[in-house]
Amino acid sequence: MRARLIEPGVDAYGDGAGATNPAVNAGSNAGIVRGLVARMTTPLLPDDYLHMMNPLWSARALRGKIIEVIPETEDAATLVIKPGWGWNVSYQAGQYVGIGVHLGGKWHWRSYSISSAPATGEARGRRKELTITVKAMPEGFLSEHLVRGLEPGTIVRLALPQGEFVLPDPPPAKVLFWTGGSGITPVMSMLRTLDRRGTMPDLVHIHSAHTLVSAIFRDERLALAERHAGLQLIENFDDQHGLLDVGRLTDVCPDWMSREAWVCGPAPMLAAAEKQWEKSRLTEKLHLERFSAVLTTSAQGGHVVFAASGKAADVDGATTLLEAGEAAGIQMPFGCRMGICHTCIVPLKKGVVKDLRNGTEYQENAGVQTCITAAAGDCVLEI
Amino acid sequence: MAISDVTTFAHLSETDVEALGRELDAIRRDIEESRGDHDAAYITRIISIQRRLMVAARLTLLASSFPPAWVAGTAMLAAGKILENMEIGHNVMHGQWDWMNDPEIHSGTWEWDTICPADQWKHSHNFVHHTFTNVIGKDNDVGYGILRVTSDQKWHPVHLGQPVYNALLALLFEWGVALNDLDIEAISKREKDPNETKRQLKGIWRKMRRQVGKDYIIFPMLSGPNFLTTLSANVTANLVRNLWAYMIIFCGHFPDGAEKFTKEELEDESKGEWYLRQLLGSANFEGSRLLHVMAGSLGYQIEHHLFPDLPSNRYPEIAERVRALCEKYDVPYTIGPLYRQYGQVLRTILRLSLPTKSVSPVQGPPELRRATSEELRTHAGTMAPQAAVS
Repeated sequence: MRARLIEPGVDAYGDGAGATNPAVNAGSNAGIVRGLVARMTTPLLPDDYLHMMNPLWSARALRGKIIEVIPETEDAATLVIKPGWGWNVSYQAGQYVGIGVHLGGKWHWRSYSISSAPATGEARGRRKELTITVKAMPEGFLSEHLVRGLEPGTIVRLALPQGEFVLPDPPPAKVLFWTGGSGITPVMSMLRTLDRRGTMPDLVHIHSAHTLVSAIFRDERLALAERHAGLQLIENFDDQHGLLDVGRLTDVCPDWMSREAWVCGPAPMLAAAEKQWEKSRLTEKLHLERFSAVLTTSAQGGHVVFAASGKAADVDGATTLLEAGEAAGIQMPFGCRMGICHTCIVPLKKGVVKDLRNGTEYQENAGVQTCITAAAGDCVLEI
Repeated sequence: MAISDVTTFAHLSETDVEALGRELDAIRRDIEESRGDHDAAYITRIISIQRRLMVAARLTLLASSFPPAWVAGTAMLAAGKILENMEIGHNVMHGQWDWMNDPEIHSGTWEWDTICPADQWKHSHNFVHHTFTNVIGKDNDVGYGILRVTSDQKWHPVHLGQPVYNALLALLFEWGVALNDLDIEAISKREKDPNETKRQLKGIWRKMRRQVGKDYIIFPMLSGPNFLTTLSANVTANLVRNLWAYMIIFCGHFPDGAEKFTKEELEDESKGEWYLRQLLGSANFEGSRLLHVMAGSLGYQIEHHLFPDLPSNRYPEIAERVRALCEKYDVPYTIGPLYRQYGQVLRTILRLSLPTKSVSPVQGPPELRRATSEELRTHAGTMAPQAAVS
């Protein structure tokens, strides 16, 4: 059986038997009904008809509806999203989500940290709104569109939340959050979660922004600091205080070495932090969130056959399968191009491919993310 | 022998062929760069209409013992299936809509409402037929191994039954298509890996169970006392779809003027020559916008073969430009009304059931007549249509 591109677990023929997507099979009775109805809708899924009545009634490609767009600063806005069917999963504070936006006839994918706090207690498991907070980047046509161009009611596509940049519950006794610019968003979700659960530890939060008015969530953070004695907020505005680099860390937070740290911000800041913690032999106490894949290893390359297209190419070990396919003139599915959104998954029919980020090897019949994998010898892709 | 040695193209120099290729490339580029919201809206609208038709048809047929409901339901079901197979399924699987980056409307995931599994179709059609179009011994669609559609195929007494085989193929077209990728000739010559054959048969069996189960068991049963009338409606709708798809597809490569080629002509073929082969091997037909949509835009067979993966809603504007290029380079552009194109196909199939050497073309459309009668005579033998799918 061939896998679907975005949800390899869903039966491509729609008989429900292969619907192993946990989000879909969460309620087993619903799963049986779905399977029966799919016998009638084959080769389509019931979802393919239902989403025509309500765009949120589909678990095939996860959908969400923009409920509200809240301006945060001059160039940042929070999108309140109501997820549709299939979103029966909770997320952890600090995780990110892939969001697909329809623009110019195409679906464009980006990933953003979730800024809302996950539902707790009774609300857990219920379908719940989530928010992402987006900063319009110069020349970032999609972030610009998200911040200024989205109307409430717009339907977006979603990818399941993921990410290791999360806070354990309960949190460590002593914590440092160090954020820069829009790197505040996953940490904001953590702060809101700690506040909601009443588990605020001894926490120092250093946040840098270019200017006071460009600081996202400032009022809410000040209010939180007021409410929680354990929360100490240190703000740095580059235009007033100059850049806060790692050299000044000890000045602003003398006991940083005794704290478990979560750091999120621009790439140079992350690189400096990584180096500093390494130097102090504290790497295991550092949690980083980076938004671009670091491709470190390489594969040996090989002859890649794109079976359904009848094309092939000899590809070196540093070229991703996505790049190779596009160079061969194939309309490869693609999304984030950094290994996050899983839009680019293509079934691997034969051979081995290697994840360029960590060297993980995938064997035949796996659905592989073409944007971060390369050929480890000759292989055949089903596209 | 290269394609440019074919008489119809003999007046073209190598430079001309290259220039024509560049002009066709430019058309592709223009379309690719201008794909956008308007095109996406087109395919989503067609899909939405098609799904509404299916729901309306299935609901109407619950009352299939009431004759007007039977007629209306069958008509909607046949129309829905035709739309799904042709303007949606065939074109989506060509990758015409992959640029939208929508996994729900993508050649990698689409499964269509017919027996033939999508992956086998994409191999036999997208790859084999569209790459080796009308090349004898390469394009497996030639006659489906049943019909003698070109005088290059040696006559055998078995061909006397051709009118009957043709009628059966038309009625059972979806089954013929389903078996096409198996390549029965290769199996009988033991040239094919039996494991591959087994895998394909398994795929066809799975797909067949679903299709047959839905149309001939589940929906008739849901109709309760109307089981038999719903069953007859569903059988009829599938037959109508078969006949329609067969006719449209046979009109793509078999009317007079659609050339066929030899393996030798494939050797060292340049991109420009490939374009020429697609141009000469395909035939268009005229019709209203509705007819073209119901035909899966295959009335623009020439444009489809030049640019199989450009969105079908753009073929009319591409056709204007291709036609102008054909005039400029003095290359024939085969087109005629649907009834005449199919008439030519039928005539050829009937004549080749007898041990004739060639089929002389009837009076062609003005575009065809531009080729001299001498050329037409020279090519009468090779011009005999052959079965190939769109």
